[in-house]
Amino acid sequence: MLRRAGPSLRHFLLERNSSAGHSSYSREAKMSRPVQARRLEGIDKNIWVEFVKLAATYSKVNLGQGFPDFPAPDFLREALTRTLSGGNHMLHQYTRAFGHPPLVKVLAQFFEKLLGRDLDPMTNVMVTVGAYQALFCCFQALVDEGDEVIIIEPFFDCYEPMVKMAGGTPVFVPLRPNPPKDGKLMSSADWQLDPAELASKFSERTKAIVLNSPNNPLGKVFSRGELELIAELCVKHDVLCISDEVYEWLVFDGKQHTRIASLQGMWERTVIIGSAGKTFSATGWKVGWVVGPDRLLQHLRTVHQNSVYHCATIAQEAVAQGFQRELMLYGKPESYFVQLPKELQQKRDWLVQSLDGVGMKPIIPEGTYFLVADISPFKSDVPDDPNSDEPYDSRFAKWMVKNKGLAAIPLSAFYSEAHKNNYTNFIRFCFAKEEATLKAASDILQKWKQEKTSS
Amino acid sequence: MGALRPSGRWDERPRPIGSDRGGRRRRCRGGMFLASRNFCCRGIQLRTDLLSRSIKHSTSAMLQTMPFRHKNTRRIEGLDSNVWVEFTKVAADPSIVNLGQGLPDISPPSYVKEELAKVAAVDRLNQYTRGFGHPSLVKALSQVYEKVCGRKIDPLTDILVTVGAYGSLFSTIQALIEEGDEVIIIEPFYDCYEPMVKMAGAKPVFIPLRCINDGNSASSADWVLDPAELANKFNSKTKAIILNTPHNPIGKVFTLEELQVIADLCIKHDTLCISDEVYEWLVYKGNKHIKIATLPGMWERTVTIGSAGKTYSVTGWKEALAQAFWVDYKRMDHPDCYFYSLSRELESKRDRMAQLLKGAGLKPVIPDGGYFMIVDVSTLNVDLSDVDEKQPYDYKFVKWMIASKKLSAIPLSAFCGLETKKQFERYIRFCFIKKDSTLDAAEVILKNWNKQTG
Repeated sequence: MLRRAGPSLRHFLLERNSSAGHSSYSREAKMSRPVQARRLEGIDKNIWVEFVKLAATYSKVNLGQGFPDFPAPDFLREALTRTLSGGNHMLHQYTRAFGHPPLVKVLAQFFEKLLGRDLDPMTNVMVTVGAYQALFCCFQALVDEGDEVIIIEPFFDCYEPMVKMAGGTPVFVPLRPNPPKDGKLMSSADWQLDPAELASKFSERTKAIVLNSPNNPLGKVFSRGELELIAELCVKHDVLCISDEVYEWLVFDGKQHTRIASLQGMWERTVIIGSAGKTFSATGWKVGWVVGPDRLLQHLRTVHQNSVYHCATIAQEAVAQGFQRELMLYGKPESYFVQLPKELQQKRDWLVQSLDGVGMKPIIPEGTYFLVADISPFKSDVPDDPNSDEPYDSRFAKWMVKNKGLAAIPLSAFYSEAHKNNYTNFIRFCFAKEEATLKAASDILQKWKQEKTSS
Repeated sequence: MGALRPSGRWDERPRPIGSDRGGRRRRCRGGMFLASRNFCCRGIQLRTDLLSRSIKHSTSAMLQTMPFRHKNTRRIEGLDSNVWVEFTKVAADPSIVNLGQGLPDISPPSYVKEELAKVAAVDRLNQYTRGFGHPSLVKALSQVYEKVCGRKIDPLTDILVTVGAYGSLFSTIQALIEEGDEVIIIEPFYDCYEPMVKMAGAKPVFIPLRCINDGNSASSADWVLDPAELANKFNSKTKAIILNTPHNPIGKVFTLEELQVIADLCIKHDTLCISDEVYEWLVYKGNKHIKIATLPGMWERTVTIGSAGKTYSVTGWKEALAQAFWVDYKRMDHPDCYFYSLSRELESKRDRMAQLLKGAGLKPVIPDGGYFMIVDVSTLNVDLSDVDEKQPYDYKFVKWMIASKKLSAIPLSAFCGLETKKQFERYIRFCFIKKDSTLDAAEVILKNWNKQTG
């Protein structure tokens, strides 16, 4: 649509019109070709937008989105206050783009011990805006059009759209439940990969596999043996490993979190992702990191410097102080990394009991602060709808938050489109919540059960 | 209790890479045993063991011989070098007076710091907020911009909070720029525009600001676009033009007439406008910042980018500053609003800087906005022909200045495409949002400039 520059009076009148809220120009000046880029195709939907809104509107007890409703530890908040009131006002300005020096230094020290190898804070560590941005940098830096990326189902939902945005093809392989024969409650350990099935997913186009251990949503902590199998396939096929370990400190029952990067042949092909939000119960701070070999991290740095470039200095300074404290207290009872899993294990056990008590069957998680439960006995409240495209568990979760005020997330949110109906009876609860919240959840469940038995 | 033991010993001792003495045998046995126990797929246990064993035998040999095929993705090809990485390293020496990178060394206003302290004590505010922007911040921003733009702005759909203006630029370009598109960039330009456009698979098309006084420019207003030259850059492939006003590095504040020329072309060619207005409050007397989005036909095709870091002198934050915005929103009609008081403070620094530079025989271009000043250094006739010839003159000059004068700045050719480097290599950029003691130190250097042999 052509338009010639007109006299200034006309402009003045039109400008006045447009500020009044309507203008003939707004109808003419629409883009006549697709305005958005192709890389966004199919990735605009997001489960969180919908469910967070529902929880905000209806929930009395929110066990949905994964964040603690208890406070972040005092020492962390004190670190922030100290930083603010301290004399160094340059902490309000840009710091080193690839990570505030005190933070990358203490992260390098920590991971040197955990991995048993020397680390250079400048080249083996990079700070990101949450683990989310770490994931984004990995996919943008390492996944090209046509590359295949193996994703283990159920998966944290952002892996799939991020792979697609990078032009890659996600290839899914499921964890399959093997319930114990004795009728006891399932553990997340009972969900396993079939080694032959996994091996069959590797092709010459496979660029990377995404590993998430401890796993969200199941809470599975991959055993050394399971990791060795994955490692061997990575080495055999020369595939990279993007290892999302944000819940690395949240493991229960004396289990061990094994870092795949410490296995033979894996350091040089693995990027480890971590999160201050999960480590220090401060998800709103948005500080994350990657640890890995320079020859992989150099490409992540390129993406980082061309996307967000810097991360907030003050938050990094406070997180660095948090880690310095933990370094000194490592292994001691006062360490936050000892106390937090202990506290969360109790909350886990409480929620497991509440759910089991009303007939929902929780899968006992070995780690993270999530658990998945089978809600079959309650299905009668939400009849099947053959006309609906929506997975059953999603309809159930929506009904539950609207009618019972209890928010949770349907397991189908963590499956690819093709597999969303594989498991229809599971929903995910987050138990990183105050006692009062968990008690309130228990009350809702009790009341609900009573209504069912008396009706 | 995870990987921890009461003694504090660090578990996770890895097996040394490559060693196999006894290790392999032990590992194989243990590995297979674990494999058969964990992958307890009934009926195919034997197959699992055999598969596992065959994989293990082939990998050790491969470890030693396989070349590593993983290089960077195509989208970041050639984008790894960066002027800031180069120059911030050089200027990091504390004995150097750093007027290079654009970061204030003045304090942010105290109420901004106080608000952050208050906020840190509220538990709920340490956790995730609304993904597209903290509600109180987007509301405050919508109120401020409604006043400025004179139109209704919906905080939930018309505003997106990002990780700095850098994050805005990245999201805008990734969302709207397609492979094969062309994007017009005005030179000199903030350096990240070019790599971001390339990363999206598009082609940057450059058009220079030209000095109308035949090189004798005293003001940023002397640097203008040639309307015919600009019109020529638009074609059917042009997806967007990136506008930066007030402009970094020159400090130009585009006038209404200049914006109208750009707007007309955008409408004529159905092009988007990405308007980087991070320095919107830093305009000096006699100048007015105009938002191109307020011109007729432009709202629906413009993304306007702002920055709390530049607004509140807190470049390191990238966080919600809702409360601070409310404080200033309430006093938007008063002269002591920070949006206005900062530019007054900076104007005197600007004038002082200009005077010092002239005193040393340099020719500054007085900016109408922003906190940068470009300076023509060719008048000094510093002979650097024996230094590395591959670098543009201004790069060599700055490095020489840092080494011999202990004063740093940024070479202007960092802000130009390859073809125009010759045009801009006689200029360097100074940043003057610095505390008085920094400017005092600069003054000493500039006053003594001619006394030392160069």
